[in-house]
Amino acid sequence: MNDPIIELTNVCKSFGGVIANHDVSLTVQRGAITGLIGPNGSGKTTLFNSIVGYHPIDSGSIRFDGQEISQLHVQEIARLGLLRTFQTTRIYGKMSCLQNMQISIPHRKARFVDMFSCARTEVLEQAEQLLAFVGLYEKRFLRAGSLSFGQQKLLEFAMALINEPTVLLLDEPTAGINPTLINGLIDRLKRANAEFGITMLIIEHNMRVIMNMANKIYCMAHGEMLAAGTPSEIQNDKNVIDAYLGAH
Amino acid sequence: MSRAPSHPLAIGLLLLAGVAAPLLFPAYTNQVAVLWLMIVFASTWDILGGQMGYNSLGNIFFFGAGMYTSAVVQIGLYYDVGMYTSGARTTHIVFTTAQYFTGFALGTVAAGVAAALLALATSWIVFGLRGPYFAIGTLGVAVAAAELISSWEWVGAAAGISMPVFPGAPDTQKLFFYSLLFGLAVAVLAFLRWLYSTNFGLAINAIRDDEEKAEAMGLYTRRYKRTAWTIAAFFLGIAGAIFGNMTGFIEPRDIAFPTTTFNIFMILMVLLGGKGTFWGPVVGAVVFQIIKEVTWTYFLGWQFVALGLLIVIIVVYFQQGIVGWLMEKYPARFGISAAPKERKESSRTIGLAPHPEGAE
Repeated sequence: MNDPIIELTNVCKSFGGVIANHDVSLTVQRGAITGLIGPNGSGKTTLFNSIVGYHPIDSGSIRFDGQEISQLHVQEIARLGLLRTFQTTRIYGKMSCLQNMQISIPHRKARFVDMFSCARTEVLEQAEQLLAFVGLYEKRFLRAGSLSFGQQKLLEFAMALINEPTVLLLDEPTAGINPTLINGLIDRLKRANAEFGITMLIIEHNMRVIMNMANKIYCMAHGEMLAAGTPSEIQNDKNVIDAYLGAH
Repeated sequence: MSRAPSHPLAIGLLLLAGVAAPLLFPAYTNQVAVLWLMIVFASTWDILGGQMGYNSLGNIFFFGAGMYTSAVVQIGLYYDVGMYTSGARTTHIVFTTAQYFTGFALGTVAAGVAAALLALATSWIVFGLRGPYFAIGTLGVAVAAAELISSWEWVGAAAGISMPVFPGAPDTQKLFFYSLLFGLAVAVLAFLRWLYSTNFGLAINAIRDDEEKAEAMGLYTRRYKRTAWTIAAFFLGIAGAIFGNMTGFIEPRDIAFPTTTFNIFMILMVLLGGKGTFWGPVVGAVVFQIIKEVTWTYFLGWQFVALGLLIVIIVVYFQQGIVGWLMEKYPARFGISAAPKERKESSRTIGLAPHPEGAE
C-alpha cells in the first residue's frame, strides 16, 4: 500500500532563534491512522499548525492529495477537506450542541446565497445521528460551553465528522479525558476511520492509545524526526526510549 | 430546531404601540419617532456588537453618510448643490410637492445603497482588525468622515445644509416622519428575525464564540463579517436619510456624525437591554429613551451626569442587560432548555446507535 495523501518533505520552521521544526519529512497514507509522538516541546503542534496553514513554513513542501498547500490560508485548506481539532478544545460555547453541529457542515461548495439558507432536515438528522454517535444526543439542546471538558472534546470530534473531512488531524484527542471515556473515544475514532473512511493523523501522549490505534508512528524530538515505523518497531527503538526517558 | 419561540405577544404589543402612540399622545409624536430610530440604532448595532462579537464605535458613520447622500440627491436633482449650499445665496428656494417627494424617495434609496457601498469599501480596512483595535479603527472612520464633511464647501462644510422644506402642515409632517421611522423599525426587526433564523445567524454567532475555530472549520468568515457590516450600514443609511429630512437641517458634527451622543447611545441601549439577543436592543431602546427624555426634561444640565452614571452602573453591575437577565431567570421562555426536550425521537438511532459507554 503506497497511496500518500499528505506528504511533508524537509519542512523547516523557526520562530526567531528557536528552531521548532528542522527538516521534517512525513507521509500519511490514505485511509490509515498515523501517529505522531514525542516529548513536550518537540515540535509536534508546530508541525500541525504548519500543515493546516496557521503560519507559513520557512522551507520545504507540504502536499495534500498531490496539491502543494504550504501557501494556502487556514480556511482554504479546511475547505479542501483537511481539518484539525485543537489541543485546548475549541467549540462555540454560547451555542447549543446542535447549533455547533449545524454550522460545522462542509463549506466547500458554499455560494453567497447559502449564507442565508435555513438548516435542511437532512443536516439536522445527520447532526443528531453524529451527536448520538459520540454519546451527546441527550445534551443536544444544552449550551456547548456548559459541557464537561471531555464532552466538549467529543463534541469537537462530532463537529469535525459532520464537516466530512478527507483527513482529520487530531491534537491530543484523549488529553484530560477520564480513562473510561478514553476507551469509548478510541473506539469511535477507529469506527470513524473504518466506516467513514477518514484518514487520521494523531498527536498523542498516551502510549497505550496510540500503539493500539496507529498503523504507523512517527516520533519527534527537538524539532527533528527521530524515528518512524510500526508501533512495535517504535516501542523497541532505542532512540525513542532515550528521548522519552532521557539518555545518559 | 431550537430557535427562540416567536413571542407573538411581544410583536403584537410592539405593533399596537406603534400605531396607538401618535393617536393617544400626539404631543409626544416626535419623541416616539425618535424611539423607533433608537430601536433601529440598537438593533443594527447588535448585529455586529452582540451577535458577531465585533464592537463597533463607528456605526454612526453610515447614518451620517446616508443623511448627506440623500441631501445631495434631493437637492442635486433640481438645483446645483454648490449654489444651494453656498453661504452667499440670497434667493429663497422652494421645492414643489412632487419635487420634494420624488427627491426624498430617490434620496432615501440612494442613502441606503451608498451606505452599503461605503461599508463594503471600509470593510477591507476594518476587518483586518480585531477586538479593541476594531473598535478604535471604526471610530476613526466616523471621526474622519465628520472632519472631512466639515471642510467640504460643496456640501456646506461645518455650516451644514438646510433640507428642502416639507410641503404640508406641521402635524402632517410629524405623522409622515413618524410613520416612516416606525415602518423602518418594523422592517429592520422583521428582517433581523429572519436573518437570525438562517445559517447567517449561526455563522456570526460562531464568529463571536471562536473566530479561529470558525476559520479552522472552513467557514467563509470574512464574507460573513463584510455582509453583516453592509446590512447594518444599509439600514443606518436609510435611517440617516429619514432623520435628516425630519430635523430639516443637517450639519456634520452634532447631527450627521454625533460620535458622542447617538453613537454612544446605540451601544448603551444594547448593553442595557441585553447584548446578542433579539429583544434586548428593543427593550434597551425603550428604557433608555424614557430615561433620556426624563433627564433631559427635568434635570437639564445634569443629563450627561445621569448618562455617565447609567453607563457605569450597567458596565459594573448589569453586564448581561435586562433581557439577558430574564433569559438566565426564565430560560424556558426563550427556547433554551436545561433538560433535554423530547422531540423527533424516531430519527435518533438510524444507522449509528448511541454507544453504551458514551459520555457520562
